[in-house]
Amino acid sequence: MITVVLARVLGRQPIGWLQLTHNRTRLATALAGVAFANLLVFMQLGFFGALIGSIAIPYNGMNAEILIQSSDANTLQDGSPIPRNRMLQAAAQPGVASATAVYYGRLEWKQPDGTVRALDVVGIDPQALAFRSPEITAARGELALADRAIIDRRTRNVPAALFREIEAGHAYSIEANSHAITITGTFTLGGGFGADGYLVVSDQTFLRIFRNRSPGAPSYVLVRTLPGEAIPAVADRLRARLPDSDVAIRTIAEAVARDQAFQTTQKPAGIIFGFGTFIGALVGIVIVYQILATDVADHLKGYATFKAIGYPPRFFLGIILEEAVILGLLGFIPGLLASLGLYAIIASATGLPLEMTIGRAIAVLAGTIAMSMISGLIATRRLAQADPADLF
Amino acid sequence: MDIIDIAGLDHSYGQGETTLQVLFNITLCLGQGEFVVLMGASGSGKTTLLSLLGCLRAVQTGRVAVLGQDLNGADEAARIAIRRRVGFIFQAHNLHESLTARQNVLMGLDVHGRLPGSEAAAGRILDLLVLADRIDSVPATLSGGQKQRVAIARALVGNPEIIFADEPTAALDRDNSILVIALLRRLGSARGTTTLMVTHDPRIIDSADRILTMADGRITRDERRK
Ligand SMILES: Nc1ncnc2c1ncn2[C@@H]1O[C@H](COP(=O)(O)OP(=O)(O)OP(=O)(O)O)[C@@H](O)[C@H]1O
Ligand SMILES: [Mg+2]
Repeated sequence: MITVVLARVLGRQPIGWLQLTHNRTRLATALAGVAFANLLVFMQLGFFGALIGSIAIPYNGMNAEILIQSSDANTLQDGSPIPRNRMLQAAAQPGVASATAVYYGRLEWKQPDGTVRALDVVGIDPQALAFRSPEITAARGELALADRAIIDRRTRNVPAALFREIEAGHAYSIEANSHAITITGTFTLGGGFGADGYLVVSDQTFLRIFRNRSPGAPSYVLVRTLPGEAIPAVADRLRARLPDSDVAIRTIAEAVARDQAFQTTQKPAGIIFGFGTFIGALVGIVIVYQILATDVADHLKGYATFKAIGYPPRFFLGIILEEAVILGLLGFIPGLLASLGLYAIIASATGLPLEMTIGRAIAVLAGTIAMSMISGLIATRRLAQADPADLF
Repeated sequence: MDIIDIAGLDHSYGQGETTLQVLFNITLCLGQGEFVVLMGASGSGKTTLLSLLGCLRAVQTGRVAVLGQDLNGADEAARIAIRRRVGFIFQAHNLHESLTARQNVLMGLDVHGRLPGSEAAAGRILDLLVLADRIDSVPATLSGGQKQRVAIARALVGNPEIIFADEPTAALDRDNSILVIALLRRLGSARGTTTLMVTHDPRIIDSADRILTMADGRITRDERRK
């Protein structure tokens, strides 16, 4: 059946297909190999996509159009504090509706079993609307009280029961840098590759947890523009008016892009995922090459005979490329299915936004076929050993 | 016009000190439709001569023309073009193990491009060689004689102008040998196919138009029977 269809498509007998299906064990090994390489690549791309996606999450939660960061900041975590005065200066510019200071710090949260969770602590002005989350907005009154906090319910490696308890009204106390903090509510954000989750507190509480931080030096300033204002124009105006020696002014989109570019090219995680994708492709090329080269070696007599009969070199190239495309296509399907399963398992276990996109699936399919064809082209070198002069 | 025209053909294997000359000054013409048998002791150069005439090996010295094409200095494309007009029957069957009998035979036709009647033509020639019931079998499930007959069908199906055969009946029993020879003879007279066959089979030698004998790389006898 498939033989007939392929014969139509190719305009000749589908010798590659017949060869591959003749040795079922080898075909199964080859497909498992291609599927494995696909799985490797999909995992790396999945983590890469999750990294990109999780970087954007806190930015997208900000109730702002423009972010004022330290000029040495690449991410939300690594910049120096900036003068609080920049907030007042920004608020005074035309086109700006409001500006609010945000304090950021990393906290180690000891668990009862002695292990530690990393929390990104965000200190906000309880009067201002720094974040879009309705849960954070609703908790502002509570946060205005001293030493109160709300926690991201997607925080990793914390028993889900704890969040249910908190949501049921049982406040939970933790020790934050030797300072007792009471968690009275939850909100939803989702962690990334850095911290396990987020804790939102008031700026006053923040300064009690991080005693080396000063009220005059927040981590960044969130700027809301007036409705109808062109955001880039307002950003340009701020750049012109604020001293560029200590702060960088970026639209949220620019800040996200910069953070993503930084973390994917300068940080180990991003580089590892990029390298892993490369290794996955290499594994695929080596496996497919091995299979095709063995297949050519096994059929040298047959190929020599076809040469004697008068088939030109491109005919043999065609057979090997036919095999390569078949291996790529058939191996991709189990590879994709296995990846979908693993994505679901990892996403539920880690809370990372691991998602299969159509674009990624198509790109990997195209890459797989290209990879197989490269292997096939390398394997054709073995064809030279098929010498019709040896046949008689 | 002579189908094969050779003058002063030499051939050596190896190079430098290990050079071994195996053909010496062969001069020979074969006409259309001739059924020629080539005999000679082992190592006398029969196979070497066949592989040169079949364009499977490059000509070194001497003048060789096959089907009107001069092989001296012919490029690979020209040699491929000649090979498509020639049928080879090797001592070993050399079938492709992943292809069925019919698919193997079709390989002899497809080289000229896929034609509508190909499948039927392949079936007909397998039928002539008494293989109708093994048409969809792969070589591993065929007997030695059956495989050899499939290989013969593959050589004949494309209506070659010349057939080069190297001991083609070695793997066949008496009845099958007679069948194959009769078929080759019939093609020769019906289509004017020229056949050059290495064999030691007395039955075939008896029915040949012409018998060439080689010894130590030279043609020592050229006997015309009819
Ligand atoms: N590929 C090769 N490389 C080197 N020497 C070769 C090669 N093929 C054949 N010879 C040598 O050339 C000589 C002629 O060999 P050839 O195969 O043409 O003889 P033949 O008449 O076909 O013998 P047989 O009846 O045994 O098949 C022999 O001495 C052989 O050893
Ligand atoms: Mg020989």
